[in-house]
Amino acid sequence: MFELIRANKRRSILLVVGFMAIVVIVGTIIGLIFGNGPVFAIVALVFGAVVAFASYWNADKIALSVSRAKPADPAQYQRLHNLVEGLCIAGGIPKPGIYVVDDLAPNAFATGRNPNHAAIAVTTGLLEKMNRVELEGVLAHELSHIRNYDILVSTLAVTMVGSIALMSDMAVRTMWWNGGRISRGGDRSNGNNPLAYVGFLLLIMAPIVAKAMQATISRSRETLADVSACQMTRYPPGLISALEKLKADTTVTHSASTATAHLWIEQPMSGVGDAGKLGGVHRLFDTHPPLDERIALLREL
Amino acid sequence: MIPAIIVIVIVLVIVGVLVGMYNGLIRRRNQIENAWAQIDVQLKRRLDLIPNLVETVKGYAEHERGTLEAVVQARNAAIAAPDTPQAQAQADNVLTGALRQVFALSEAYPDLKANQNFLSLQEELTATEGRVAYARQFYNDSVLDYNNKIQEVPTVFIAKAMNFEEREYFEADEAARVAPTVEF
Repeated sequence: MFELIRANKRRSILLVVGFMAIVVIVGTIIGLIFGNGPVFAIVALVFGAVVAFASYWNADKIALSVSRAKPADPAQYQRLHNLVEGLCIAGGIPKPGIYVVDDLAPNAFATGRNPNHAAIAVTTGLLEKMNRVELEGVLAHELSHIRNYDILVSTLAVTMVGSIALMSDMAVRTMWWNGGRISRGGDRSNGNNPLAYVGFLLLIMAPIVAKAMQATISRSRETLADVSACQMTRYPPGLISALEKLKADTTVTHSASTATAHLWIEQPMSGVGDAGKLGGVHRLFDTHPPLDERIALLREL
Repeated sequence: MIPAIIVIVIVLVIVGVLVGMYNGLIRRRNQIENAWAQIDVQLKRRLDLIPNLVETVKGYAEHERGTLEAVVQARNAAIAAPDTPQAQAQADNVLTGALRQVFALSEAYPDLKANQNFLSLQEELTATEGRVAYARQFYNDSVLDYNNKIQEVPTVFIAKAMNFEEREYFEADEAARVAPTVEF
């Protein structure tokens, strides 16, 4: 477990470094296109540093607020509070903040930067559809994310992936408008800057790379959290039947967005075209392993 | 000069590693103490909830004095039980049995079953029972981690030199190990 935590902290640093690198590269490319490389690179570096820093301190609050999570009232959600408290004793971690998302689809996620600053959010649909044992399994899965420091990596990814996507999106659009004007001025002179083409390609690639990064970050740890959850409850059937209920339920979690997709216990978007010709490509960007695989793995415990 | 620096650096590194190993052992030993205290906290919390439960049930099920008295007695016995894990576990089991009887009562009294206060207490007591079990589980996990560390190389040398002793696991007593029989 301690090795796992160390690996996650290392990965968080890598994520921040990788993020900064992408930001600076993209910034430099935009600079080269507009003919002012170094200035844009520095601006990008500052921008990246600010986002990275803000992510570390506020990403959990951002993740909670974009999901419209509200603090769970201890009297109204007595069972939820009690289950989390019990599991925290089993896992030897402090009790995290508990939030409820008003959404019919059963789902849950954990966020924060360390066990002392963590939060768990569950949808009202989950509370409605799961019985005590199943709910406990799901909560144990989320608490495992907290205990293993998965939350740090994945929460950082929320804001970073989001800002990379936003930035390159903005850059592509600016180029579109400006590009038209420049080419009117002199079609041939565009050839002077071959880097622009490379840059354009990179700009398109950046969000894709960011997405792939997000996917690899999250997939293996979902399975791992499933296993640690059973280590916590010592009762795999609880989580198994919870996952089966999630599989049977096809409601889309409306409170989730692409940026927060990897946080949730079940992939919130419906897997479009998973079975089609491009199924394999789509699966590359899936934030979660298929539920069937996760269930099969738990059965072996 | 240079050999002296090398020697000093090597000594410092060795001291650092030894201190790190020693601190790791201390941290694990303290975690065991903490886990043990946590079990007591949860057991006490459970005892504190019982008078409330008895008061609530009394209003609805006047004729079930026997069942309630059994709970009160079991609670008093649990408070008086000597501070050994074995004795406490035993008293705790008796109490669990008596509480089951009270919750079974609610089936015969629809008003009681609908009482918000009773439901809340039932949830609270069920949860606390779970917490006691989890606290014991965490205690045993902590002991396992600690015992592993003091038997493994290289920490075993420090543990031997500093007299770190092996800890005992919490085990369910014989009475609890036998599955409860259900009578119809």
